[in-house]
Amino acid sequence: MTPAPDRTAEELLKGIWRENPIFVQVLGMCPSLAVTNSAVNAVVMGLATLAVLVASSTLVSLLRRFIPAQVRLSTYIVIIATFVTVADMTLQATLPTVHKQLGAFIALIVVNCLILGRQEAFASKHGVKLAIADAIGMGTGFTLALTILGSLREVLGNGSLFGFPLFGDHYEPWVVMILPPGGFIMLGLILMTFNWWKERKQAATAGGAA
Amino acid sequence: MSSGNLRLQVTAAPFAHSPRTTAAIMRDVILALLPAVAAAVWLFGIAAVLVLATAILGAVLTDGVFGRQRWAGLKDGSAVLTGLLLGLTLPPGIPLWMALLGGVVAIGLSKVVWGGLGHNLFNPALIGRAFLQAAFPTVLTSWVAPQPGQLFSLPPTTLSIPLQQSGTDVISAATPLGLAKFQHTLTDTLPLFTGQVAGSLGETSALLLLLGGAFLVWRRALDWRIPVSIFASVALFATLAWLAWPTLPPPQFMLFSGGLVLGAVYMATDPVSSPTTPWGAWIFGAGIGLLVVLIRNWGGLPEGVMYAILLMNAAAPLIERATQPRAFGRDERRIP
Repeated sequence: MTPAPDRTAEELLKGIWRENPIFVQVLGMCPSLAVTNSAVNAVVMGLATLAVLVASSTLVSLLRRFIPAQVRLSTYIVIIATFVTVADMTLQATLPTVHKQLGAFIALIVVNCLILGRQEAFASKHGVKLAIADAIGMGTGFTLALTILGSLREVLGNGSLFGFPLFGDHYEPWVVMILPPGGFIMLGLILMTFNWWKERKQAATAGGAA
Repeated sequence: MSSGNLRLQVTAAPFAHSPRTTAAIMRDVILALLPAVAAAVWLFGIAAVLVLATAILGAVLTDGVFGRQRWAGLKDGSAVLTGLLLGLTLPPGIPLWMALLGGVVAIGLSKVVWGGLGHNLFNPALIGRAFLQAAFPTVLTSWVAPQPGQLFSLPPTTLSIPLQQSGTDVISAATPLGLAKFQHTLTDTLPLFTGQVAGSLGETSALLLLLGGAFLVWRRALDWRIPVSIFASVALFATLAWLAWPTLPPPQFMLFSGGLVLGAVYMATDPVSSPTTPWGAWIFGAGIGLLVVLIRNWGGLPEGVMYAILLMNAAAPLIERATQPRAFGRDERRIP
């Protein structure tokens, strides 16, 4: 475990943009579609996931030499579930209204394949420092993506952002945007824009090289 | 439609050439809709012109800016037709910015992202309307009473500021279907047939829509089996329901009210999103008719033609697969 140059920064940054869990890996669709009907919900969901991811990655990375390969997935799930319970109770104590709105989706962080995926693909194979960097990067990328999705849906579906009205009192809300179909439509539009932008950049670099 | 297992067959000359182009068919359909458009203008005045023009503008612009072949939908008329059909399904008093948005969604979300003309699973105009209905449920169910001949009457909501609520209340009127569902009042068949009732721009006059449909059948621009099957199916199931529960609306009311004629003749027959096999067309139409009767009689909404067609659109590829005709010279079992 002696990476020649320091890879920490690289592992930290990749999750935010280049390997963004939602926009690039398209992981964790359940929370990203279900709870992004307002920016606040999206941010809280993202932060809760970030906290669980960082804590689980740390523990899994520390225990990686002791976990038998045959039962590793169940071990990861037990570890993740522990931290999800902590996050759930913390939210209930500090932000009861948001906790109520998020409902079962806080508990469902445990089945977010992004978290299990990072344990299996990264934390169980790398040292603590890199594992934490990776978890922070991925968690931040997830939070950012959720915030973008939640903000756009709240702006269109409710005319407000983080609860502050943007278009005056007589905004005509696009009801569909805060309903489940709006989640799919908005995510699809964002993915489309993201891929279009990436393709254009690739085309530009390819054209520059040639 | 079924481009999944498309097989190119190499055969020898001579080949029959069809002079019919997409543009010619689109032109025929637009032509067939003109009487209904004229009726809409007569009944709802300049508001009808504005709504239709804005919906067409939204559709054509989206196709021109985002379409793979830019402005192809304007050249062959397909985007114009989508916008026109969307406009005809909208209530006369709808704010123009919503009509524009509907046109954008109709082409953008239901044609461009699927790959352009000929690749969409659902009828674009109806997707546009379904989006508007889901986004602005109250506006899409507020109706204006028709004012025949008052060409310059303009509902105050038409020109409301984009993104803002259309504050003033419209002189609202209920559609015949709404009256039947919520107040148990039936409208006579004759006004329904000629169209002097409240409703969407293009759904009021069954007579003119049917005339246009007859023109299209004569021009062979549509598969006559689909509308015939829809009407027969609605008549059958509505009669059964009416006989079993006499409080439900009678079949002649079901046939000529709401968007049934518009949907059956112009939307369900969209060659892209309906089955192309003869048996498929019959099954497709029968399914739409059954769904219309179910939604209208027992659903939460007074009208169900839009959802009935969209649901059967989703089933169209399956129907088409199941009804492939036996290839000449092959055995009974279909060889893909």
